[in-house]
Amino acid sequence: MAVVQTRGLTKLFAKGQVGAVVDVDLESREGEFLVLLGPSGSGKTTLLRMIAGLEEPTSGEIWIGGVLVNDLTPRQRRIAMVFQSYALYPHLTVLGNIEFPLKARRMPKEERRRKAQWAADLLGIGRLLGRKPRELSGGERQRVALARAIVREPSLFLLDEPLSNLDAKLRASAREELEQFQKKIGTTTIYVTHDQVEAMAMGDRVVVMNQGAVRQIGTPADVYDEPQDTFVAAFLGSPPMNLLEAAGVIVGFRPEHFHPSAALPADEPVLKLAFRAKHEEYLGAERILYGVLEGGPFDGEKAVARMSSTLAARFAPDVVHDFAVAKKDLKFFDREKETRTEPRALA
Amino acid sequence: MAGVRARQLAFRTFHWTVLAVFSVLLAFPFYWMLITSFKRTGDLYDLRNNPFVFNQKPTLEHLRLLVNETLFLRWLGNTAFAGLVVVAITLLLAVPAAYALARLTGRWGGRIGIAIFLTYLVPPTLLFIPLSRIVAWLNLQDTLWAVIVVYPSFTIPFSTWLLMGFFKSIPPELEDAAMVDGLTRFQAFLKLVIPISLSGILTVVIFTFTLVTQEFVYALTFISSASHQTVGVGVPIYLVRGDVYYWGSLMAACLIASLPIAVLYNLFLDRFIAGFTVGSVK
Amino acid sequence: MSGVRQRWLGPAMFLPAVLYVVALVGVPFVLAFFYSVGDVKVGSVGYHFVGFRNFTSVLQNPTFLRALRNSFVFTVASQILVLVGANLLALVLKNAFRGRRFVRFLILLPWVAPVSIGSIGWKWILDSLYSVINWVLVRLHLVKEFSAPMWLGEPKLAMMSVILVHTWHMLPFATVIILAGWTAIPKDIPEAAAVDGAGFFRRMFQIELPMMLPIINVAVLFGVIFTFTDMTVIYILTRGGPYDTTQVLPSLAFFTGILGSDLAEGAAISIFLVPLLVAVAWLMLRSAHRAEVV
Repeated sequence: MAVVQTRGLTKLFAKGQVGAVVDVDLESREGEFLVLLGPSGSGKTTLLRMIAGLEEPTSGEIWIGGVLVNDLTPRQRRIAMVFQSYALYPHLTVLGNIEFPLKARRMPKEERRRKAQWAADLLGIGRLLGRKPRELSGGERQRVALARAIVREPSLFLLDEPLSNLDAKLRASAREELEQFQKKIGTTTIYVTHDQVEAMAMGDRVVVMNQGAVRQIGTPADVYDEPQDTFVAAFLGSPPMNLLEAAGVIVGFRPEHFHPSAALPADEPVLKLAFRAKHEEYLGAERILYGVLEGGPFDGEKAVARMSSTLAARFAPDVVHDFAVAKKDLKFFDREKETRTEPRALA
Repeated sequence: MAGVRARQLAFRTFHWTVLAVFSVLLAFPFYWMLITSFKRTGDLYDLRNNPFVFNQKPTLEHLRLLVNETLFLRWLGNTAFAGLVVVAITLLLAVPAAYALARLTGRWGGRIGIAIFLTYLVPPTLLFIPLSRIVAWLNLQDTLWAVIVVYPSFTIPFSTWLLMGFFKSIPPELEDAAMVDGLTRFQAFLKLVIPISLSGILTVVIFTFTLVTQEFVYALTFISSASHQTVGVGVPIYLVRGDVYYWGSLMAACLIASLPIAVLYNLFLDRFIAGFTVGSVK
Repeated sequence: MSGVRQRWLGPAMFLPAVLYVVALVGVPFVLAFFYSVGDVKVGSVGYHFVGFRNFTSVLQNPTFLRALRNSFVFTVASQILVLVGANLLALVLKNAFRGRRFVRFLILLPWVAPVSIGSIGWKWILDSLYSVINWVLVRLHLVKEFSAPMWLGEPKLAMMSVILVHTWHMLPFATVIILAGWTAIPKDIPEAAAVDGAGFFRRMFQIELPMMLPIINVAVLFGVIFTFTDMTVIYILTRGGPYDTTQVLPSLAFFTGILGSDLAEGAAISIFLVPLLVAVAWLMLRSAHRAEVV
């Protein structure tokens, strides 16, 4: 088990290439599931590849388990990585794939067999050992890739979007399985994804990245409920946070905190807003209401409300309704720096 | 910790050594052609001179001799003419054939395609004896037309194979859309598929032409007068007078005959390779 | 209705090409067998079946046996050299570096320049009197000026020379094909192997080369065909000499059938190319079939 630490880690590319990483300081905790989340080109995969030793940093330091690993090759770092494509060796059988890392460590054949069997059983692919990768389904391939990664009992587990090649239905179950699996083996894991649902569901902590920089690190609840800047606020959540400008400050509130006034307790301090409904999307469990605010500090700005389908109220289009947000649910951001600031009174 | 650096240095040394050694070995004859072409005869045949450099002033004498007193220009002209006619015949036959085999014939198309490709493997050295009879029977012996008629027998198979791969990569929905819009299948082929495939067709043009310039055995077999020869046989066989080699002119001829083709070929190399490796890269 | 029209459109489009190839490859291919069991000579009319007389006469000819053996030596030796060289060269060319396009152009020259013309260049380099190689060897005091090697004049050296020149000609072709195989390997796979703890050699010999095996097969099969059936390099460098010591089957067929006017015996000699052709074609079909199945 080991923690990963990066200090001022930077990777610059030639002009026109995306994925640069700028001055990243990061510290994982023992046995934690750390998710790197960001849009494509945000540098999260580059960061992971630098930790793996597949990409050489322009500057900065990487420490794994208290050892500076900048000058170590991937094999010397004793880590395991699962690639987005799984990168199974097509000419080897499943057994050959799982055994490969052990062979590379010159482990005797007997022990190798035993370990491979153990890893395969752990992932429930014992009956597939004789097959070639091309004879496997997407889910099976993913398990083989995981088995190949855990078989050497690594101190650190790196996963690069391992679920993105699965279809939607399989993805949900694989997500859960992977999470349980990580809890079971307890290895520190760094997981890269652009899918916020995966990040929220699996991560002990989430690192939100954009344009090569870390924007916020925290538990899923932290980053969702207390976004530190407007990027994090807008990136997480679907539909995203309403961000409205007034009196030199940006005010944000989640669509699910934007309620009809009547639905809020009478003693709750609230910000009342007149909301002209435009159209509604019915999504089964919930309804999304799109509209425009009228009067007050945000006159003319668009906003979105999200409520449970069990709510009886109906909102006729093109009619102004009384809506409100609890004051505690309002987030304030500096208009220039786009970072969180103190709450202040709105005119 | 110095391991990474040392390994990088070792790798770099290995990399540049291999590159340098192979570049020199492979390109040296062409450097040699170049320097020989412009050396004075006295310089060329004096064993005391360092042969790698000019010991006397360079001369255009060999080039002048080549152009004025040999059939070299004639051979270039013959080759260009034969090349163009063979290209025309090849396109006329291979383009429709490749399209039909890629699209219209289902399972059989693939099989006929492979059969056609396999004929590309049948070498001139197996066929030249019977073909010399056929050429005589067609009354074409000792004419440029002998090779013009025979060359498409290997350019068509290779071109058909290349173009089949090309046509298969065009989405069939394009032609379906054209036919829904009122074109017949053949019109869709003429007005839609051919314009889209121009770069593939250009590749075939280049390769047919280079195959013609590179061919040796058939031209040597079917053509016996120097003035009807192509450059590939004319230069190595007919520039030699009796037993005397005019190395200066000979090397100038070699250089002129190889460089333009080499440049052309290089531009289209990747497609050419794709033709050989279809199905084996995956 | 369009179904009816398509039924003849397909054949109408591919038949001209097929007929052309049948007429000028299929017919002569059959004729080659036909001649090899007859008594055709240049200028002769009529044809008499003579059974296997041409074959028995050829098989008793020591020059033929020598050519048969030379053909295998020529093919095997040059293909081994090509394979080793091409893998080495592809290994360095697969990395991006400054001037890569130019280096690729230089390295391709021997393949793209007409082979007859490249060979005549070598004939000058290997000249009995003015060989630049000998000039260097003499200056390095490795050989004496008046006993310098006759590269094309001594049987063993001549065989070595034609093998090396043919290797020179074929190397670029194999290199670019193997290079194509190498670039087709997804980048993830060698990276995964590196993370899995494999060093450079384990990556190369246990992961990359095995993955490239199908494409190396293609390079070898084409190389074998192009070498076993070629006579250009030998015809220009040595004309099969000295004393037929570099004669191979194709060149012997040419000298016998075309220059010697004995079409029947020439055809019989070239028929000996067929078993190898069939073997290679069969291997190619098998690997193509596999590629489709997987």
